Amino acid sequence: MSDVRTSERTMRGRPLLFTRYSDELKIFTTATKRNWTIVLVAVTVALPFALERDMVSLLSTVFVFAIGGIGLNILTGYAGQVSLGHAFFLGLGAYTAAVLGGEQSGGVVGLGLDMAIWLPMAGIVPALVGLAVAPLAARVRGLYLAILTLGLVFIGEHIFKEADWITGGAGVGRAPAEAVLFGFDLFAPHEILGYRFDRFTVFYYACFVIFVVMAFAARNLTRSRFGRSFAAVRDRDVAAEVMGVNLLRTKTLAFVVSSFYAGIAGALLSIIYGRITPENWNLFLSIDFLAVVFIGGLATISGSILGAAFVVMLPKLVQELSDYVPLASDVGQGGLFTIFQLQSILFGVLIVVFLVLEPRGLYGLWVRVRNYFKAWPFSY
Amino acid sequence: METFVAAVIAGLGAGAVYSLLAVGFVIIYRATEVINFAQPALMILGAYAASALVNEAGLPFWLSVLVAMVTLAGVGMLTERIALRPMIGRPSFSAATVTVGVFIVLLIVAFRLIGPDIITAGDPWGLSTTEVLGATVFTLDLAKIVISLTAVAAVGLFLARSRVGLAMRATALDQETALAQGVKVGRMFGLSWGISAGLAALAGVLVSSGGSGVDATIALVALKALPVIILGGLDSIKGSVIAGLLIGLAEGLTKVYQPEYAPWLGANFDLALPYLIMIVVLMVRPYGMFGTKEVVRV
Repeated sequence: MSDVRTSERTMRGRPLLFTRYSDELKIFTTATKRNWTIVLVAVTVALPFALERDMVSLLSTVFVFAIGGIGLNILTGYAGQVSLGHAFFLGLGAYTAAVLGGEQSGGVVGLGLDMAIWLPMAGIVPALVGLAVAPLAARVRGLYLAILTLGLVFIGEHIFKEADWITGGAGVGRAPAEAVLFGFDLFAPHEILGYRFDRFTVFYYACFVIFVVMAFAARNLTRSRFGRSFAAVRDRDVAAEVMGVNLLRTKTLAFVVSSFYAGIAGALLSIIYGRITPENWNLFLSIDFLAVVFIGGLATISGSILGAAFVVMLPKLVQELSDYVPLASDVGQGGLFTIFQLQSILFGVLIVVFLVLEPRGLYGLWVRVRNYFKAWPFSY
Repeated sequence: METFVAAVIAGLGAGAVYSLLAVGFVIIYRATEVINFAQPALMILGAYAASALVNEAGLPFWLSVLVAMVTLAGVGMLTERIALRPMIGRPSFSAATVTVGVFIVLLIVAFRLIGPDIITAGDPWGLSTTEVLGATVFTLDLAKIVISLTAVAAVGLFLARSRVGLAMRATALDQETALAQGVKVGRMFGLSWGISAGLAALAGVLVSSGGSGVDATIALVALKALPVIILGGLDSIKGSVIAGLLIGLAEGLTKVYQPEYAPWLGANFDLALPYLIMIVVLMVRPYGMFGTKEVVRV
């Protein structure tokens, strides 16, 4: 036991000096990271008091997209398997939740169960379907997987359209699950300690709590044995197999976990949407999530959160800017593009630009800035 | 019998267009090992270009098709130079994701150009019909088969006989060796994209022809070429032609007979069928009918 003792003072000057393996694998490797996370959580809790109602709602969407994005990042970023089928699993989660937690009406089934039941099930059912598809997905790799999952989206859309006793059918849709947890409605106004919270604020906190739990769970997964085996499979599957990583089991696990996250995200997203149709879960939603992962940065949880914030906030930003930039205009006013079109184009351009110029995404930009200031005032 | 013949011809007509698109995918895949998800957008842009040339510039149909193909070939080569060339040497899934980004950009440009309008190719066939084996079929479907197979044969001949085609095949076989023999590999990548985008434009014209016209959302039809290349084999031109016709045939027959014999599969099941076939193929024979079997040691 040669445990090198280092004083608090020495450590502060060398935050990346690790004298034990367990230190290197900590969830927060430095005190700075931990402190900033606490500050960020505090700010996020305080935000609804300072923001307009539509911004609060938008931020809830950011949390939901972050959950889904983290799920896709576990599969694509950590395990290196590109999936275009994320939207299918989101839809599966949304409909599982709607059947278990929704109301029986207009020809669609709904059991009206509590959120404590439907929320886990919204993750478990897609995870089971993921488990059924995974042996297929594990057989093929790289581009084949992208094509296979693309097929899943189209087949899923067909099934969603046909199963109208679950989904309400094409173009009609149905109401989502009711967010009632142990009798407490998470999507209704409440008065707590004399302060009135509107329904969007209440749901904001619900999404935030779920998001924090799932983000920490993902962070823990990625620093575990399984997370390292994901990275090994991504970097060189042959070498990983030689080191004793079971390829089939690892890929299956990545696929199942990713589907679980997608299902939870889909269930929450359906409540934000208010009404869900089979057309919601199409290829373009998958591409949105790819944008979250690739713009945010592959294989970083914080990157996915940044990416989700970026992708969800971009339309709002474009809208604000459209007063100053003549490129965009409201529908039918003869500008070069409408706001919606401009925002989609920006997604596309940004995916390309980030992949070509900064494959580490927004997280990579942040690392550059951080490294610059680490050595400041010396440029290198 | 007449229903059957009509279904077969209609299916083969659609399948011939899938072949055309699939050959585009295969050419790019062979050169750069990238699956070009931007193909649907290139197709719809080609359809728009030809339609605009016929209906607004008043060019004759055949000339406008040629001009549209050349224009789109230019767009394809430009895309390759700007977005894909910097990705050389990076994992192929990154490059494929770049094409997803390109797909979105080009698709929105196409949506903006076309708007809510319907585009028509201004083709000479329209809704006219012909008798084949006693069944009445659209002349258009026959034209689709003839034109598509001619175009694919021309590309095949170019690859097999011409000097540049030889250079392209050398590039596909081994980039470094080709480079050592004096082949300009980068230019071959551009050329692959050019040919592929040109074929996509032709496919777009064929898809939008037939009198009634189509709107911009038809672009997603091009993704049917993905099941085709999986069935035929990712790197086989022969495979994509045969698989294209087979998938089209399966789709055509399903469209006619499934509502009668298997209504429980739901309406529009024929649209999901190609993807179902694809998943089965990936399960039992992931390299397809004619593809090179990937050697995997784990």
